[in-house]
Order: sequence, then C-alpha cells, then structure tokens
Amino acid sequence: MQLKTLRIGLAAALATMLSAPVAFSAVEDVVIGDIDDLSGTYADVAGTGAVEAIKMAISDFGGTVLGRKVSILVADHQNKPDIGASKFREWADQNGLNMLLGGSNTGVSIAMSKVAAAKKIPFIAIGAGGASLTNEDCTAYSVHYVYDTTALANGTATTIVQNGGKTWFYLTADYAFGTQLQTAASKVVEANGGKTLGAVRVPLAASDFSSFLLQAQGSGAQVLGLANAGEDFSNSLKAANEFGITKKMKPAALLAFISNIHSLGLETAQGLYLTTGFYWDLNDDTRAFSKRYFAKTGKEPTMDQGGYYSATLTYLKAVKAVGTTDPDKVMAELKKTKINDMFAKGGYIRADGVMVHDMYVMQVKSPQESKYPWDYYKVLKVMKGEEAFGPITGLCPLAPK
Amino acid sequence: MTEVFGVPVAVILGQLMLGLVNGSFYAILSLGLAVIFGLMGIVNFAHGAFYALGAFAALLGLQWFGINYWAALLLAPLAVGVLGIVVERLFLRHLYKLDPLYGLLMTFGLALVIEGSLHQLFGASGHSYSVPARLTGAFNLGFMILPIYRAWVIAVSVVVCLSTWFIIERTRLGATLRAATENAPLLQAFGVNVPLLVAVTYGGGVALAGLAGVLSAPVVLVGPLMGNSLVIVVFAVVVIGGMGSILGAIVSGLALGVVEGFTKVIYPEASNIVVFVIMAVVLIARPAGLFGRE
Repeated sequence: MQLKTLRIGLAAALATMLSAPVAFSAVEDVVIGDIDDLSGTYADVAGTGAVEAIKMAISDFGGTVLGRKVSILVADHQNKPDIGASKFREWADQNGLNMLLGGSNTGVSIAMSKVAAAKKIPFIAIGAGGASLTNEDCTAYSVHYVYDTTALANGTATTIVQNGGKTWFYLTADYAFGTQLQTAASKVVEANGGKTLGAVRVPLAASDFSSFLLQAQGSGAQVLGLANAGEDFSNSLKAANEFGITKKMKPAALLAFISNIHSLGLETAQGLYLTTGFYWDLNDDTRAFSKRYFAKTGKEPTMDQGGYYSATLTYLKAVKAVGTTDPDKVMAELKKTKINDMFAKGGYIRADGVMVHDMYVMQVKSPQESKYPWDYYKVLKVMKGEEAFGPITGLCPLAPK
Repeated sequence: MTEVFGVPVAVILGQLMLGLVNGSFYAILSLGLAVIFGLMGIVNFAHGAFYALGAFAALLGLQWFGINYWAALLLAPLAVGVLGIVVERLFLRHLYKLDPLYGLLMTFGLALVIEGSLHQLFGASGHSYSVPARLTGAFNLGFMILPIYRAWVIAVSVVVCLSTWFIIERTRLGATLRAATENAPLLQAFGVNVPLLVAVTYGGGVALAGLAGVLSAPVVLVGPLMGNSLVIVVFAVVVIGGMGSILGAIVSGLALGVVEGFTKVIYPEASNIVVFVIMAVVLIARPAGLFGRE
C-alpha cells in the first residue's frame, strides 16, 4: 500500500515537472506567445504554418531586439476559451510573456482579450473574425490584425448584392463568429436593397449539412450565405454541389481561406466570391514571401499565416523604436506608425484596435483559368481599408465616434 | 401543398430520406461497436479513428496506387481489419482479464495516436475524394433531389447490416462466436481456436468502421478528425439500442438518423444533442437499452 502511494506520488511529481515551464531565462528574452487551434478544424488556417511564419519574422528581424533574444511559446487552445485564457494567464505570470498572437476562434479570442486587459499585455488577434473584438469586447491592449466580420461582409456581400443577388438565406455556425458574421452580412445586404429570407444555425462541426441545405433551397433565396468557416464551410459547399443547390443558388463564402479552396478543388469551388486580406500571388512582395514560406511548409500561406508574419515584425519594430517592451509605450507606438510590408501597404492601427488595410474581393478561378499550382483567385476589387473596415462605431469606449 | 403540423409533406419526406442516409452511417458504425462489445466486452473507443483510416485508405489507395472506389470498397476495410487483428494480438488480448475500463483506455489512447499521426502526416484540412463516375448525378424524387451516391449508401448499409446480423444470429460461425462469449474455456475444449476467433471478431468489427469510412469519403472531406465527433454519437446509438445487441444497433442507428434529421428542421441548434437527450431518457426508463437483455 505504502509502495503504491509512493509510486503515485512520484508519478504526480514527475508529471508536474514535465508540465512546468521549461527552465529558460524568461526575464532576458523578449517572449512572443501564440495560442491557436493546432489540432482541430482550424489547424491548417493558421496552426503550425503560423508558427513557421513567426519564426521567419523573428529571423528576418535578426533574432534579437534591444540586445535580447526573441523566443516563442506555442500552445493549442483546442477551441476552448477557458484553455486559451488560462494558458495566456500562465505565460503572463510565469514566463515573462511580452506579446500574444491569437489564432483562430472568436470565442477564445474574446476570452484572451480579457486577460490581455487584466495583465496589460499586447494581444494581436489574427485568426479570429468577430468584429466585437474591437467593439464591445475591445481593450487598450487588443489589436485586430487581418480581417473581421465587417470587412468580410462589406467585401463579399456588397459585391454579390450589386451583381443582382438580392435575396439571401444563411447557413450560420452556431457561435460568436457565425452569428456576428451573419448580422454583419445581412446589414450590408439590406443596406444595398437586398433581403434576408431566413437563416439556420448549424452546430459547430456538424457531420452532415444536407438537411440544412434543403431548408436553404426551400426558402427560394437567390444566394446561399455560408456564415461558417474551416471544414464546416468546405463540407457545406461540397454537399451544396452534390445536391445541385449551387445550380439554383449562388453560394457566397463569407469566410474562406486558400487552404479550404485547395482541399475542395477548383471543380467544386469555382465561381465562388470571397474576401481576403492577403493572397500569395498579389505582387512581387507577396510572391517573394510565399516562395520562402512554401519552401518550409510545402503550402502557400493563408491570409492568417501572412498576417502572423507581418504582426510579429510590426511588434518587433515597435519595440525597437521605443527601446522597451513596456506595454503602454509599445501600444502607443503601434497605434501611430504606418505598417508597410508584404502584407499591408500603408496599414495603420486605429484607436479601437482595428488594423486598417486594403482587402481584396476575389472570385475563385475555374479549372481552365488556373494556369499553375495554387493559381486560385482573380481579383475583382481592391477595397480601401476605410471602406472595408467601415467607420468607428463608437461601441468601443476607447474610440468615441 | 399538403402540410403536417405546419411543415410541408415534401420537406418531411426529404428530411426522412436524408435522415436515413445519416442513419445508414450510424447503423454500420454502431453495428461494428456492438459486435465488438457483444462478443469481446471491449468498449472500442478507437472506432472513429478506424473509420477515418478506412477513408484515408481509399484516398491514398487512389492517389498512390490508382485503386478505384470499387476496389477500395473491398480492400480498405480489409486493410483496416488486418490492422485491427494486429492491434488485438499486440495490445487488447492482454486486457481481457482486467476491468473493461482498461480496454476503454487502451482504445481511447489508440484513437489519439491514430488521429494524431494522420494529422501529422496529412494536415488538418480535409482532402476531396470524387464520387465514382457511375454514381454521379441525382434522382428527382419529386419532393427532393437525391444524389445517386446517397441512395447507394442506404442500399449498401442495409445489405451489410442484414448480412452481419444473419452471420452472427443464424449461421454456425455466428453460433460459435456467441458460444465463445458464453463459455470460452468449454469451447476451447471442443477444439475451437478461441483466441483466433476473438482476433477475427475485432478485425471484423473495425473493418465495418473502415467500410463506413470508404462510403463517407465522397460525401465529406477526408480528414483526421472525421470520426472524432461521430464516434460519440455512435456510442449513444449503441447505448440506446442496447450494448451488444446487433439488431438494436441497426434499428436505432437508422431511427436516430431520422430523428436527428427532423430536429434539424424543427430546432437546428439542438440537432447535435438530441441523440444524447434520447440516450438519457432511455437509460432512465430501460437501462439495458431498447433491445438489450437485462
């Protein structure tokens, strides 16, 4: 009995030792954290590719800032807000975290932004879409970097309504992101003279979408608004094709990443409208970055992975400029400097935390139009940052209207 | 249009059809689980992972060796089944003497290893697998457009379920299998190789999961987590049908697919929990399940 207790005690001690922070000189390093979905449905949107992008940014910056080594911490939030928030808190308390990059999932990012405010640590949300991060849920330390639900709706929904898609039915992911996206899109649709005929809230990671799609078809709407993301988006579009729904309704991807288009294939995805903050094949700068990225990962970067690179670089530049990692000074610097790199030209971070930069309305090419691997999009319209992200709403107390 | 409770009949028929398609997957998967539990007493948590393996076997078979769908329908379950036998011989056979919990933990760990490896090798995004040429297109049933492939899934499921039921309940092989669960030492004394029988049973059970994986490959994207959420639902189906009851697994699989389909129309937000609510009610009213023996 005693032996058994001893063994359990030893095992427990060993377990604590293993999970304890790796003994490195946290105080001296500038520590950048990344909390993202590394194993679930969004893992290819940012995931390990994004970690690679951070590493590229750090090494392009020279590996050090203010004479201190820049190191990275990475954790998987498993799409659970409590895991994301507690990991963030742990790093803040024990590992000398200086800045956090947040990956996919709006729900998790909202939880982490609360920690950012409490711990006074800059938090750059990359993969989350919910515009509430810079409205109701804004904090003095949050930045929303790549895209938000407002910009997606302004891009995709406006284009489709103006091309005659007046009546909409939404397939909405049943959590913060999906509902915010649907609200944003229907606002835009109605402002442009269109109409919402209905919506169905689909549980996250549903195994079959055909029932929901038949409801969409029954509504008689012209446009099928897909207010979901990741595998849910891919599987619903695949099923819409299979059931012949795309012949009668025009599908609108309110959020699609190039990784989704890659796995669906152009045969299924062709003609789809979508809005993105970055595309690997836009210009020489994006192609140069993407070529290096491709050499490391074997894939072209998504807009999130591009954003991870840019955000890391932007943060390090700000730290260098103010000569300290003091969060308030860095935030002030971030909000007054223009961002010019392969991701954004003349981008800037507004008082409410939105990084305002150009967004691109794209249409997916047909297999015949695509000339080389990953040649997937044609640019329909370049939206100026102000048009894409809209005016300051006044919902964030930091940025009165 | 004719309506029942304010819902058009065409919608009801459409959802009934789709419910049967989903129910077909539930039935094949829960059948495999029921066979494994009923004959071995193992709660096979790796079932969802074997399902994903079946789909990946079809996908990779096509990409690497040009094996078409029809051949994959046979070869992929076979490969998964052989892997199942290896797993049984290497790991599971050591656990029969112990509490069933150990089997559950073992297979749960195995599921994590399989899904993690697939994730590592092929990424989290799914891969497309085309519908075989002969099954493309759709039937116009009047009340809905039913893709031919989905009708095919129902047909295969019914044939597979009935033949499995027939083999276990009505043939000499089935009788031997059932005897092995009742009294293994006695059966061994009659000269039957019981360990081999058990290994083959596990292989057969997971081969069914592999078959469901191949069937689903053209319907959803093939990804490492495709079985992850499904396996929990399928466990609920097995519990509702009665742990180990073959007929129970088949009937409740199809029926719950249909119930879930209707929930998607009436209150879509609840469609991923309705099966568990039913499970709770069944457990309270009939703890052994609808078709289980007390």
